[in-house]
Amino acid sequence: MIDVEEALARMADGIALLKDQRPVMIGIHTGGVWVAERLHHRLGLADALGTLDISFYRDDFSRVGMNPQVKTSQLPVSLEGRHIVLVDDVLHTGRTIRAALNEIFDFARPASISLAVLIVRDGRELPIQPDVVGAAIALRPGEHLKLTGPNPLGIKIMEKAE
Amino acid sequence: MITDIQVDDHGRHRHFLTTEGLSAKAIGEILDTAESFISVGEREIKKVPLLRGKTIVNLFFEASTRTRTTFEIAGKRLSADIININTSVSATQKGESLLDTVRNLEAMHTDLFVVRHPVSGAADLIARSVPNHVHVVNAGDGRHAHPTQGLLDMFTIRRYKGGFANLKVAIVGDVLHSRVARSQIHALTALGTGEVRVIGPRSLLPFAVESLGAKSYTTMAEGLAGVDVIIMLRLQFERMSGALIPSAHEYFSLYGLTPERLALADPEAIVMHPGPMNRGLEIASEVADGPQSVILPQVTFGIAVRMAILARLAGAAGTETKSP
Repeated sequence: MIDVEEALARMADGIALLKDQRPVMIGIHTGGVWVAERLHHRLGLADALGTLDISFYRDDFSRVGMNPQVKTSQLPVSLEGRHIVLVDDVLHTGRTIRAALNEIFDFARPASISLAVLIVRDGRELPIQPDVVGAAIALRPGEHLKLTGPNPLGIKIMEKAE
Repeated sequence: MITDIQVDDHGRHRHFLTTEGLSAKAIGEILDTAESFISVGEREIKKVPLLRGKTIVNLFFEASTRTRTTFEIAGKRLSADIININTSVSATQKGESLLDTVRNLEAMHTDLFVVRHPVSGAADLIARSVPNHVHVVNAGDGRHAHPTQGLLDMFTIRRYKGGFANLKVAIVGDVLHSRVARSQIHALTALGTGEVRVIGPRSLLPFAVESLGAKSYTTMAEGLAGVDVIIMLRLQFERMSGALIPSAHEYFSLYGLTPERLALADPEAIVMHPGPMNRGLEIASEVADGPQSVILPQVTFGIAVRMAILARLAGAAGTETKSP
């Protein structure tokens, strides 16, 4: 089983290497924000944490419709020309990250974006890979990961409902 | 019943025709989504790709600036393509029937119609005739309903007052001819508003207004006492047949919202008006431009609320179930 605290520590070490770039950290709702809050606090980053809700940028909108619980994307500092660390809980298909990249570019043109994820799993559908990884896992068909939190953060392997 | 065609078998909104029968939960979801769209309007790039590739036709058989423009902006901020059709330049003047006009626009692969029409039930009629994947939004039909205005007013009240349970809301003026008032009353009741009042001369209040859950008052002194929200309505001369009010001057002297009358309400009361307003007829300029007026924020909020409604409909097209 994955040790979440150990994975967070590994992520923090990876992001610490980027510190010279004075990165702006952005978490993706909901699990990514929980992870980002922990890292942001741990690393003592100067700029406030940003949050992103990618509901308006999803590629499956016309199939699944509007998520009634959309949260607001809040980016407290200007991203123009900045180095960004984008944080999510699980990297699976890569579609969430694709949506997040599009949304970020609607705010500004950053200097660079690095991707940091707590857990990377198999099943990529897009050419998107993480720069910083907490832990890696391979799942059997029909299994998926669910982050529980925010306090304490935990991870569960679930059987798909259908 | 209109509510039957508004929602599909899975409880999703296919059309948006009336606030009658909407649940507090559905209204809450729309207002929450609108809240997120407010921030989109404040970005450098005021656009999200949600309705990219969709075609929306604004089909207006009645004059409108605010509603048509805010629908147009709402659609554009969602990245849809919007076409405006006004009756003065349309084929209906050449004798084409309403449904023929709609069928022709449908043949051009329209995904969503926003319809305003002087006849009550027009949007409903169109909603019944369009194929499954096409959506209809009522932007005002005769005296019947103006549901997007109703919800943007709820959004405005929630923004300034936080909730509805402890509020006294007064709707003032030409309630009889007002589709806005009807849509507001249904939404206010669904949201569990403490007290809904209508104020106006007997000749401009509908007979059965009490059955909608509103108390009626014929004097401003009684009706405005202690209210938290005042919604002024426009006198709709174009819908009046015969002399329902003695004169504009006398109407203002009895029912115009002046600073003195505003003082009867709660000191924190907000003043709303769906527009277009007749200054000096139903509302004094000092009040319309005063610190308690939220008439211009209503317009801004209207864009976000219409975005939320368009997104809710256009996302309900598929029949597939949600996958993680």
